[in-house]
Amino acid sequence: MKELLSGNEAVARGAVEAGVKVAVAYPGTPSTEILETIAERHRSVYAQWSPNEKVAFEVGIGASLGGGRALVTMKHVGLNVAADPLMTFAYTGVNAGFVVISADDPEMHSSQNEQDNRIFARFAGIPFFEPADSQESKDMLLAGFEVSERFDTPVMLRMTTRISHTKTIVELGEPVKVSERKFVKDPSKYVMVPANAKVRHQVLSQRLVDLQKFSEETEWNRIESNGSPVGIIAGGVAYQHAKEVAPDFDYFKIGFGYPLPIERIRKFVAAHNIVLVVEELEPFYEEQLKIAGIRVEGKKYFGNLGELNPTRVAQGLYDAGLIKNVVHPGIEAEKLFPRPPVLCPGCPHRGAFMALRKLGVAVTGDIGCYTLGMLKPLNALDTCICMGASIGMAIGIEKVNGSAKGTVAVIGDSTFFHSGITGLLDAVYNQSNVTVMILDNGATAMTGGQEHPGTGHTLMGTPANRTDIETLVKALGVKNCRSVDPYDYEATLKAIEEETKNPGPSVIVTHRPCVLMPKRIMDEPFVVDLELCNACSACFRISCPAIAASPQTNERGHPKAVIDETMCTGCMLCAQICPTEAIVLKSKFVAA
Amino acid sequence: MTDKVHNVMIVGVGGQGVLLASEIISDVAMRSGMDVKKSEVHGMSQRGGVVTSHVRIGKKVYSPLIQEGETDFLMAFEQAEGLRAINWMRKDGIAIISRSSMVPAIVTSSKDFTYPDDAVAEIKKKLAKVIAVDADKIAAELGNPRLVNTILIGVLSNCLPFEANIWIETIKSLVKPKLVDINLKALERGRQIKLEAVKA
Repeated sequence: MKELLSGNEAVARGAVEAGVKVAVAYPGTPSTEILETIAERHRSVYAQWSPNEKVAFEVGIGASLGGGRALVTMKHVGLNVAADPLMTFAYTGVNAGFVVISADDPEMHSSQNEQDNRIFARFAGIPFFEPADSQESKDMLLAGFEVSERFDTPVMLRMTTRISHTKTIVELGEPVKVSERKFVKDPSKYVMVPANAKVRHQVLSQRLVDLQKFSEETEWNRIESNGSPVGIIAGGVAYQHAKEVAPDFDYFKIGFGYPLPIERIRKFVAAHNIVLVVEELEPFYEEQLKIAGIRVEGKKYFGNLGELNPTRVAQGLYDAGLIKNVVHPGIEAEKLFPRPPVLCPGCPHRGAFMALRKLGVAVTGDIGCYTLGMLKPLNALDTCICMGASIGMAIGIEKVNGSAKGTVAVIGDSTFFHSGITGLLDAVYNQSNVTVMILDNGATAMTGGQEHPGTGHTLMGTPANRTDIETLVKALGVKNCRSVDPYDYEATLKAIEEETKNPGPSVIVTHRPCVLMPKRIMDEPFVVDLELCNACSACFRISCPAIAASPQTNERGHPKAVIDETMCTGCMLCAQICPTEAIVLKSKFVAA
Repeated sequence: MTDKVHNVMIVGVGGQGVLLASEIISDVAMRSGMDVKKSEVHGMSQRGGVVTSHVRIGKKVYSPLIQEGETDFLMAFEQAEGLRAINWMRKDGIAIISRSSMVPAIVTSSKDFTYPDDAVAEIKKKLAKVIAVDADKIAAELGNPRLVNTILIGVLSNCLPFEANIWIETIKSLVKPKLVDINLKALERGRQIKLEAVKA
């Protein structure tokens, strides 16, 4: 049976076919839909969101050691968080199979960096597969579990946005038979004290030699011969782009990317006049081949920034003198206004950012929808590094400036649970005068509204404990902790003003659900009374997609405002800052 | 259908249904026995940003992405977004543009940016084959403003070599049950739009 599946959906299907016992993750674009799909369609696999990728990875290790196949999924930067267990799990090896998905995001469509996690696999000393479409995403997951159990190693399946989020046709398979395993006490293998770890490092070293032999033999690395004097070495989506623009060249298609099949590639290169490596981001294959004394080129023609596409690959092949024509766009691109993503109409974060902008404080930000608060015209967020960084950075600023009472850290609920708690503990411990705003919208909103430890539900939909943020904050030792309604602009403003004057760490929690999830919130919309509107543009500057320029203008030609009633959620924030009280509830306006 | 790969690009603003539209087109292609790849970027799609989807249909499709200047069919749910995608078009490609316009806050709140006065006219200056559709108006007549995507799919369906009943079956299987009837009406309204303008 065939289905049109995204790479992520194919991995989810693969989890069923591979007999995965435990699938665990923290949401992160472009990996999120793997676990969502398992929870929706493949409920024979137990799946859970963990608070962060490190915990998720450790749960996966436990599942493997306990005897069940474990799948752990994350975006590329998630593996930074999970790097600690990864690096040592490579020493111990597995019991039942363990596969970690690293979904990288070349071009940073939804990420803060575009690190190439193939390097992480090599760093840890674990093998990786690199699928080039959804069929391979599924099939390589199954192969990954086999390799994991055969060689006693964690395995990475390295995907990218264009694999995870591209739908291609997949031939489904039947679930395989997986042998039963049980937890076996074996301290010399699983207790990594120095004496044991020294032995296990040798095991890892020998394992890589064995995996190198496997790489030379496996059909996941294959030659496609067309009798061309030109050879291309490529894996992942880069292989597809190259096949698209140069289908007649010979190909060495890499599916098993580390350790590389160096000797087979050496022969392939020797048999061709010229061989190029087409790979996204870092020269990962190219450098290893060059170190082995193999005559290839790559980055010289294709660059190491952003994602590749057929246009870029064609240009590179043209620059290398290998193809005669590049399709140049016949039509010039238009220079148009930008359309960046924005906070939704009615987004509860908007009230917090309106107040922060008004106060002119420095705002250390974090990862989530609220990062969009940095965009014009809100301009209300000054930093964004990684999950949880807002709090630690605010402490650092305060330690330099003497008092950070002009500095506010802004972090979301899911991000606070992910890695904000320890930062706040630091603020308490080191008596930092920081103010932390926890914007609680009851969801992991940016990735699509997933559950988390504060929502009261698990990924599988079962009721769960609802961790209370204020209780947790107070337990950490914060004396000044209050909550405020972010739809109440004056109250939010006052809360920030007061808390930034209070000595010691203080926390303001804003509680309002995300307007999109779990259910769409639409209250009575507001309208603009054009008689009263004086075209001051104050409401334009809160960056609400529901507020647009009216064709009507004031005497100086400035546009008055109009509200799109189908988008307005009735949050009232614009009405509170309108100096002429021209923004009124629709029912009241009609009555008047 | 020949070996040629048909490149379809669908553009719009987050929330306009770009992803569902590309899903329907891809599914129709698969049900018709073709190879198909469809690529888009999620994540920011619900936040009012630009959403672009590439759908490639043929006997065998390699890259999921269309090469710049190689798009055969452009479907734009917002006219300025149609203009923004113009460099992806073949000169003899067909553009199906909804006359809808959505002016973002970054334009209304700032003098640095302007929204084009008539994006459809700008597109017509560059392309011979443009079908501009008053999709907002048709959607309002049908009683649901969110049907712009299905109306345009109806127009596109006349350009692609797939049978009418496959479009209908696909919509039945991919659209929420209670919205199937109205979407089928929207598809039909789109199918009625004459293609004379683009028949060279």
